[in-house]
Amino acid sequence: MARTGPGSAAKRTLVWLGVVFALLALLLGGGSLWSNASWTPKLALDLEGGTQMILAPEVQGSSTGEITPEQLDQAVEIIRQRVDGSGVAEAEISTQSGQNVIVALPGIPEPETRELIQASAQMEFRPVLFGGPGQAPAAQTPTPEDQLPTPSAEPTDASDPNWITAELLQEFEATDCTSPEALEPAVEPAAGDQPTIACEPDTQGKYILGPVEVRGTEIESADYGMARSAQGQSLNEWVVNIDFNDEATETFRAVTERLFAIGAGDPRNQFAIVLDGVIVSAPTTNAVIPDGRPQISGSFTEESAAALSEQLKYGALPISFEIQSEQQISATLGADQLRLGLIAGVIGLVLVAVYSLFQYRMLGLVTIASLVVAGGLTYLAICILGWTENYRLSLAGVAGLIVAIGQTADSFIVYFERIRDELRDGRGLVSAVENGWRRAKRTVLASKAMNLLAAVVLYFVAVGNVRGFAFTLGLTAIADLIVVFLFTHPTMRLLAMTRFFGEGHRWSGLDPTRLGALPLYRGAGRVRHKPVERPAVELRGRNKAAAGEAERRMTIAERRLAEQKAAQEKAAQQKVEQKSNGAPAGDGQQETVSARGHGPEEGDKR
Amino acid sequence: MSRFSFAEFGNELYSGKRSYPFVGKRNLWFIIAGAAVLLSLLIPVIKGGFNLGIDFRGGSEFTVSNVQDTSISAGEQAVTGIVPEAVPRVTNIAPETVRVQTERLSDDETLAVRDALIGAYGVTEEEVTSNFVGPTWGEDVSRQAVIGLIVFVVLAALLMAIYFRTWKMSVAAMTALVVVMITSAGIYSLVDFEVTPSAIIGFLTILSYSLYDTVVVFDKIRENTADQDVSTKRTFAEQVNLAVNQTLVRSINTSVVAVLPVAAILFIGAMLLGAGTLRDLSLALFVGIIIGTVTTVFIAAPMYAMLRMKEPEIRKQEKRVLQRRSLEAKEAEGTVRA
Repeated sequence: MARTGPGSAAKRTLVWLGVVFALLALLLGGGSLWSNASWTPKLALDLEGGTQMILAPEVQGSSTGEITPEQLDQAVEIIRQRVDGSGVAEAEISTQSGQNVIVALPGIPEPETRELIQASAQMEFRPVLFGGPGQAPAAQTPTPEDQLPTPSAEPTDASDPNWITAELLQEFEATDCTSPEALEPAVEPAAGDQPTIACEPDTQGKYILGPVEVRGTEIESADYGMARSAQGQSLNEWVVNIDFNDEATETFRAVTERLFAIGAGDPRNQFAIVLDGVIVSAPTTNAVIPDGRPQISGSFTEESAAALSEQLKYGALPISFEIQSEQQISATLGADQLRLGLIAGVIGLVLVAVYSLFQYRMLGLVTIASLVVAGGLTYLAICILGWTENYRLSLAGVAGLIVAIGQTADSFIVYFERIRDELRDGRGLVSAVENGWRRAKRTVLASKAMNLLAAVVLYFVAVGNVRGFAFTLGLTAIADLIVVFLFTHPTMRLLAMTRFFGEGHRWSGLDPTRLGALPLYRGAGRVRHKPVERPAVELRGRNKAAAGEAERRMTIAERRLAEQKAAQEKAAQQKVEQKSNGAPAGDGQQETVSARGHGPEEGDKR
Repeated sequence: MSRFSFAEFGNELYSGKRSYPFVGKRNLWFIIAGAAVLLSLLIPVIKGGFNLGIDFRGGSEFTVSNVQDTSISAGEQAVTGIVPEAVPRVTNIAPETVRVQTERLSDDETLAVRDALIGAYGVTEEEVTSNFVGPTWGEDVSRQAVIGLIVFVVLAALLMAIYFRTWKMSVAAMTALVVVMITSAGIYSLVDFEVTPSAIIGFLTILSYSLYDTVVVFDKIRENTADQDVSTKRTFAEQVNLAVNQTLVRSINTSVVAVLPVAAILFIGAMLLGAGTLRDLSLALFVGIIIGTVTTVFIAAPMYAMLRMKEPEIRKQEKRVLQRRSLEAKEAEGTVRA
């Protein structure tokens, strides 16, 4: 940095703060213009009203009962698909502390939605008996009564057309696979030993399916990749690979033998992979698969191949959910809570403002201004996070913000007390601010590290809705640091140059006489002198510059006044020193002792 | 001094003119703290545990707000009308607010009880909030809180040891932390405050506050004792005591400023909202911030002084200080006689 005074450095820092503010505001403004950002924070459901469920996933057949992060991710994906599928808008699904899934829904969910969320995923492989376009039934003419199929015999295998009864066909014709309801995951899956009707959302095709032949739990693993030719060369085509366990390998060989024999062109050549009653894929059979490792190819993109392999993994891993806690809050109650929370915040802010004005006089205004700046930064950050990260402010988050008022004001108090200490040591205000800052800075950083550490630990282990509390606590700790460095300190530097503060007006909160920097009382042969125990901290270049800048900024009259004052002070100082040489050594720096005994102002009476 | 002034109080503490024997009377403080800790451990045993919230017991809970007639029996009848074998706990938790807690209800029962409560208290559907907690939820919460506690304490202890470059400050700070934790829990048990997940998070936050406060005071101690080996002015213990006194005004101011907003939430939360996130969080914080400040001053700093006082270097220095003092005293006597 160039050798400049603290005044211009302070102004530059304030400009930087302005830049930070402007950037955040621009970001949010741009977001609200061209995206869905909002100037008000998003609210969590305890303030907005709605239902929150905390679900513990359980892997069926898992002996340990533990759930791996990968399984948890799958669990979230399962619930997301189910909730989205059931047509609930704006559901929030997230994980918590590596073991629970939190589902937040607006309003009160239908009992079916609740059951659906809890149910475990059911994946089945069924042969296709009959297929057709999934158009609205009105567009088709139902098959006349006399042409309805009548099964001639008991079906012999899963592909046998004898499974199709008259009722089944009528039901099939009535099903509308273009309506969203038809694509909802089924709460109670069809019986495994009976035929069923299912839709394929991707193609909007509808199918009559035979009984279950292989279950999803029999999938060992599934992945996706590029198809390879017989020579091992990569073909430019995405495929999904399934690996069945030993038992299913046998079954699947038999199934593919049968389907392959039916021949291409017949819909019965296909089999359907059904997840929760919805067809995720209905590939045709091109070959007999003897090794239990079928490969599904088709017009996959990398994305759709990945999605299908994920879904196949659900089948391998039926996860069910147990509701750990469920909370329903009405919208009016949420609004009430928010209003009262804000009132509590305002009361807290006013109390802190009054107290700091009482304690620090005009300096209290700096605290209030800093709190306002910190509040502004936090507000913008919450809005932006609401937009980009979908962060929602909860009641606990509001509590965190209010608690943070006190913790933010703490750093200013540490700083102000340091400045006062420096004044007590007899420094001028400009250098007291610089020196006080150098010492306070370290303390503030170290103690804020504690706050941040706690916030981070709390955030990662928090259970229930108190996570928002930890989040706002951490956010405000960061805002506090930014404000102390970019606002409070530069403001103090500038204020130190004003006459009001610099000359220690009695309402400034930095009045040296009140802070005991000058002899407090004389008479009775006693003078209180400042305890300069060791040489004052060497002023660094910047601080010298600070004093220099302060001097340069004075008018001629001010300078004369200052010179006069300095001369007076010097005289007074000499007087003090003379007296104190004859005064008791109490807490003084002299190591000689006079005859007058110990004064009452002696320190450390232990 | 005609009028008490914090600035002048601060001056006197800073210069050492006014000094409180935080380190000198440490045994007294330690005995008091020990007694408080012992009591805090005994109270829950005598009282038969804590007043655990529904999150730890499991069950269903309904909160009805904007109730004109907050009669208990209306709520009880509404529940037993639907589930005859239920034993509902109906409490009036705030003005115009009634809370009904029952054992775990099924979905259908929950909806039916909800409707019954709407009828019983003459409110709209919007004013009834329901909450269901599974039986294992409380275990999850407790386990996570314990994990959080351990992780935080270990990291904080390491951070402090690295920052201050002495493990003794860490030990002193952690000792104070344990006192804060146990006594806060004791107060919770004594006053029968409900223990909820919010209260536990508040509790964990106290730990951060307590350490925050300790770091500020210890920073001053470190500064004051930086030239300890060359100074013969004060003994180590005196120097620590001076540092605590010098930061006393700051300690008072910061804890007042920290407690004021918490008190505002507590007031609003307890008076107008009744039990819930706000009240439970702020109650724990309110208790903890006060205890945290007190223990920093009375336990952490004296404990640190005590831990270091036995070091040979510190003892040597103390001897030098005392020697100088007795010399001075003799000289003074001599001059008086002369």
